[in-house]
Amino acid sequence: MPTHRLETTLPRTTAEPNGVLLPYLTAGFPDAGVTEGLIRKADELGVACIELGIPFSDSIADGPVIQNSFHSVLESGWRLDDTFALAARIRSSVQCGLAAMVSFSLVHRVGLERFMDRASASGFDGIILPDVPVEESSATKQAADRADLCYIGLVAPTTSAERRETIARGSTGFVYQMAVAGTTGERTDLPRNLAAEVNVLRALSGLPVCVGFGISTAQHVRDVCGIADGAIVGSAIVRRIADGVRHGLAGEALIESVSAFIAELMSGARPRLR
Amino acid sequence: MTSEVTPPDDTRWGPDARGRYGNFGGQYVPETLMASVTRLADTYRAIRNDRPFWEEFRESLNRYVGRPSPLYHANRLSDRIGGAQLYLKREDLNHTGAHKINNTMGQTLLARRMGKRRVIAETGAGQHGVATATAAARFGLDCVVYMGAEDVRRQKLNVLRMELLGAEVVAVDAGQKTLKDAINAAMRDWMATSDHTHYVIGSVMGPHPYPQMVRDFQTVIGLEARQQVIEQTGRLPNEVVACVGGGSNAAGLFFAFLDDADVKLFGVEAAGEKLAPGRHAATLSVGRPGILHGMHTYVLQDEDGQTSPVHSVSAGLDYPGVGPEHAHWKELGRVSYVSEDDQAALEAFTTLNETEGIIPALEPAHAVAHAMKRAKAMHADDSIVLNLSGRGDKDVVEAGRLLGRIATMGDSLDA
Repeated sequence: MPTHRLETTLPRTTAEPNGVLLPYLTAGFPDAGVTEGLIRKADELGVACIELGIPFSDSIADGPVIQNSFHSVLESGWRLDDTFALAARIRSSVQCGLAAMVSFSLVHRVGLERFMDRASASGFDGIILPDVPVEESSATKQAADRADLCYIGLVAPTTSAERRETIARGSTGFVYQMAVAGTTGERTDLPRNLAAEVNVLRALSGLPVCVGFGISTAQHVRDVCGIADGAIVGSAIVRRIADGVRHGLAGEALIESVSAFIAELMSGARPRLR
Repeated sequence: MTSEVTPPDDTRWGPDARGRYGNFGGQYVPETLMASVTRLADTYRAIRNDRPFWEEFRESLNRYVGRPSPLYHANRLSDRIGGAQLYLKREDLNHTGAHKINNTMGQTLLARRMGKRRVIAETGAGQHGVATATAAARFGLDCVVYMGAEDVRRQKLNVLRMELLGAEVVAVDAGQKTLKDAINAAMRDWMATSDHTHYVIGSVMGPHPYPQMVRDFQTVIGLEARQQVIEQTGRLPNEVVACVGGGSNAAGLFFAFLDDADVKLFGVEAAGEKLAPGRHAATLSVGRPGILHGMHTYVLQDEDGQTSPVHSVSAGLDYPGVGPEHAHWKELGRVSYVSEDDQAALEAFTTLNETEGIIPALEPAHAVAHAMKRAKAMHADDSIVLNLSGRGDKDVVEAGRLLGRIATMGDSLDA
């Protein structure tokens, strides 16, 4: 596999953990302009990778904040093509990685190879399929490999040691370690055994391990970045966007407000390598 | 009445070891749920051959639910049609008024066996919610039922029943605010609580082992009906008919007849207003294979893969997916899937009221409508077994309104 953008923006696992930030944004929430603006701002702030959530009507992997953002985007008439077009528009002007988080329902409908090819052509560097368990992943992984997309596996606190190894070995780019059992959402404390879990996963995969699910403050980011290669923040950012919209913010004002929060989160992480 | 209490051998029909029925089924759930569904599948595999478990299940069905339910020869209805003889499997006479209780008694016993102290469920019209709340009360487990906010508004009576039974009803204010959104919410609850909570899925859907487990608990319908029809007519029926939403009453009835190659099986979906996008719920008739709620099955979705809105006069058939085993039976050609619209269901509802003194739920009224059409073209010594899967108490206001018996839908009646 050629040197991939995610290999250059994420830390090397030979070093002591000194994590980067991976913000999550719902594509098209509240509109394409704001998503685009936030990606550019986050890129300037030095985030390593943006996780772009592709709206799906019936996501079971996401909590209420992200699910509501999906419904709001879909009600505005947003189509899958709009997500690909958005990615293609920003790709050439941002340095950070871009990973698509998408339900298998959409990938299956479009067709595995066709979906991966389009994602890759639009400028995505990797793909996260939260509802494809490793037992069912050979075809999706093959299609991702062929399209030169990193295949980012997810590990939960409840994942058995045996599965953990299979998932780690099947991943490329990085491994996504979920900090708490449950759906995406904001929690107040980080689990005690997280550092040990991350170390095991780093050793098994030889890949950077990024921790997500339940990270909502700069202090959380700082804590996670001390033990892992990256901190993924989703619901807390999407909630800021939803709150801004509710308070009448739009366009540049909304981008300013939310990117200030991303800057605050960045205070707990170090900038990407290049 | 049937002597064997453990579920019938299903090696011929599935699922396989990975929870597949041919191409369909599987486990498409987030990693956070894999440990729970795997543990459930392992537990259920062991329990499937655990005779004492099934003896307790059957005992509960007989003493508490009121099984076996009668198979009733609807001779006035048959005479009115002037063709084949119709035999109604009276699941409407079960405790709580529908077949749903067979499954919730089984899953609640299973939850207790696994040491869970809390059960959760999704519900559309409220029948499965009431059946889960009932079983939870009977076995002393905490119960939370997720219900779309729109359904909470439309089905106040069932919300009150669940609350009287000690369950907490959570109104789900997301998406279309109906059944599929309640399923999403229940799955999310389970992800965070599966160490002490069992999720009682209400139909033959979701990730493996649910489709198999729910079918097994409902197979009592078919095992009884097969024996009853032979006792009453001396032979197997020519045809067997049941309505299909998620498909649990149909799966439970059909499974006992699958190996009887001469018996034709018909699953009747809701054609709603008409077979146009958003106006029906005929998933197997006009949908295509896709992924929804943890399974690979037929779904109604747009070209991006977003779930389509659905409509039916009966809330219980109003689902954009279907159990994966039905998808398999469709592809094998073992079961024919057809659809009947709102109007045909209402006409059948009225006919059954007037000829037999039975007010059916609007869901099986679709099956009655189709059986009546088929019976007309058959001989008087032919027979059709039809699953009357639930009673119509919950539907009388809506049916009265649609039939013009109630001029306006008053709030007092709505409540």
